Amino acid sequence: MGRKILFVTTDQQRYDTLGCNGGTVARTPVVDALAAQGVRFERAHPQSVVCMPSRSTIITGQYPSTHGVWMNGVPLPVDAPSVAEVLHDAGYRTALIGKPHFEPFLDPFLRFAENRFAREPLVGLHRGFEHFEAATHGGQGMLHYARWLAAHHPEAVGMFYPVLDGALEVNALGGGDTGAPQVWDNAIDRDWYHTDWVADRTINWLESLAADDDWFCWMSFPDPHHPWDPPQSELGRIDWRDVPLPAGYPASASAREAILDGKPRHWRAWYDGTLVSNYEAPANWVPATMTADQVREVNARNAIECELIDEALGRVMAAIAAKGWTDDVDVVFTTDHGEFQGDFGLLFKGPYHVDALMRLPLVWRPAPSSGATPASVSRPVGLVDLAPTFCAIAGLPVPAWMEGSPLPVDDADADTRGFERVLTEWDSALFGVDVHLRTITRDGWVCTTYRPGHSHDGTEGELYSLVDDPLQHVNRWDDRACDALRSDLLADLWDHQPAQHTPLRRVEAPV
Amino acid sequence: MALGSIRHHIRIHRTATEVWALAGDPTRLHEWFPGVVSCSVDGDQRVIVLGSGMPMPEEIVVNDPVQRRFQYRINAPIFQYHRGTIDCIDLDDGTCLVVYSTDADPRTMALTIAGGTAGALDELKRQMELHPSQNGVQ
Repeated sequence: MGRKILFVTTDQQRYDTLGCNGGTVARTPVVDALAAQGVRFERAHPQSVVCMPSRSTIITGQYPSTHGVWMNGVPLPVDAPSVAEVLHDAGYRTALIGKPHFEPFLDPFLRFAENRFAREPLVGLHRGFEHFEAATHGGQGMLHYARWLAAHHPEAVGMFYPVLDGALEVNALGGGDTGAPQVWDNAIDRDWYHTDWVADRTINWLESLAADDDWFCWMSFPDPHHPWDPPQSELGRIDWRDVPLPAGYPASASAREAILDGKPRHWRAWYDGTLVSNYEAPANWVPATMTADQVREVNARNAIECELIDEALGRVMAAIAAKGWTDDVDVVFTTDHGEFQGDFGLLFKGPYHVDALMRLPLVWRPAPSSGATPASVSRPVGLVDLAPTFCAIAGLPVPAWMEGSPLPVDDADADTRGFERVLTEWDSALFGVDVHLRTITRDGWVCTTYRPGHSHDGTEGELYSLVDDPLQHVNRWDDRACDALRSDLLADLWDHQPAQHTPLRRVEAPV
Repeated sequence: MALGSIRHHIRIHRTATEVWALAGDPTRLHEWFPGVVSCSVDGDQRVIVLGSGMPMPEEIVVNDPVQRRFQYRINAPIFQYHRGTIDCIDLDDGTCLVVYSTDADPRTMALTIAGGTAGALDELKRQMELHPSQNGVQ
């Protein structure tokens, strides 16, 4: 009998939303306790800041350039390598419960397997998972959660925020007290909300296993990704009027604009509403119109969703304890990418490689039976390192096709094994607008270079000191004093950046 | 909002005449378009049923066997505008180029539909190059 693995992901969660990372709005005692017992990573980055490429990196252990899911809407081939398959082949029982998003959701032809499993039960394995129950951000659609809700609580289906508008663009409709986009009062019973459903289904699957089974369970919460529509019954947890404005939100418009003007032009263009380069932000919302109160309310609702996740995880941990497994279970908690949540006067995500979107919560509580020592790791690591970590936990060799390395257990281990840098990519091409970024984070600096595209000629870039400028307000790309540093970072980036999969895989849907 | 316009193409190692026999027949779309489970034609009206169970009423706008051009529009309420175009172009070397274009308002529907059309072109090529006789080609 080996170590069991509970892999917990959320969607679009910032580093600073956890108490253990200094967050002060949401109470997250369960994850905080796991961090205190295990390894807390202070500089974990995704290899893409949107869902499908990032999740494809998690399951394959490969960079987006290698697995080929270069933007949302590009499906990961069903025969792509999968860490779940490696584990299953080694005798692990495997499940994915919650949000998968390796294939597009907008699928009227029902061409993608993920969207079919709720009506055509899984036979055999899918991406290495023997059990697969899917959910996403609302109560409608083809996934298991939506069908469960429609069957058992049909009155609740229409209570969620309509994520897409009538033109199938990300909705700009505002709600709550402040009219913030994607904020909504959701009358759904808490027990029926997808966060608790994911935990319920996870517990149900775990309880079906034999005591001596080894298992890998990916529990994937759709929150705190927008819409920010937690059950209305929970809104009393946090009064948005009491929520401080984020440090990354300059209160005056002139300060915000001055900061944005120091960055490549698509930043300010999005803020002003003249360019929405990617599908992940509402096409009909102008960030410059966002008020400070709207920022507070978004942060409050987001924090409520984080608390619900933490409590749901607590229930799953209790179920694991009831099975007598606690000492042999590794728990890894992270997310796929971050969220602006008001930084720079922005919400959502896009081609913007700054801490809001790149610095992620990552906590690894090794199985207590392994005798691991609690630590924090300040060296850069990536989600590309998760799949190799799962192999290492299971005592398996890391397959050659994985491009990361098992996570370090402390900084000394990180230094010994060369955790010096982490890379992040962005490519998108949507209705004639293309954007291409390559980013390296190392030695306390984050450096992004732009390839030619709709708004860029290939000379633009961003360079920030994470030590002197933790909010990334001062772009030093054109600072002559940083020329040598910039050149070194770019040389290191190109030395380690995998070549892009060609031909590019086809975009099959908006998301 | 601007119109969404997406174009996919594929080269098939069969003559345009052979390919058109399948691609230009409005009653046989479900044979080569993955995710379309059935289609019925009545005059210039066609109803296709998608894999999700959703029926899509369509109007056949052009079916020109000389140019080998087929055009249709989807009349479902979600579309302000739709025009689908299949062109089968003879390359005069025993092969042909099939181009499937989708123009739509809302623009996101162009992407969503065009994801299906790209898969359809792949399937058309697979069928035509694998076993032409099974596709009614003599």
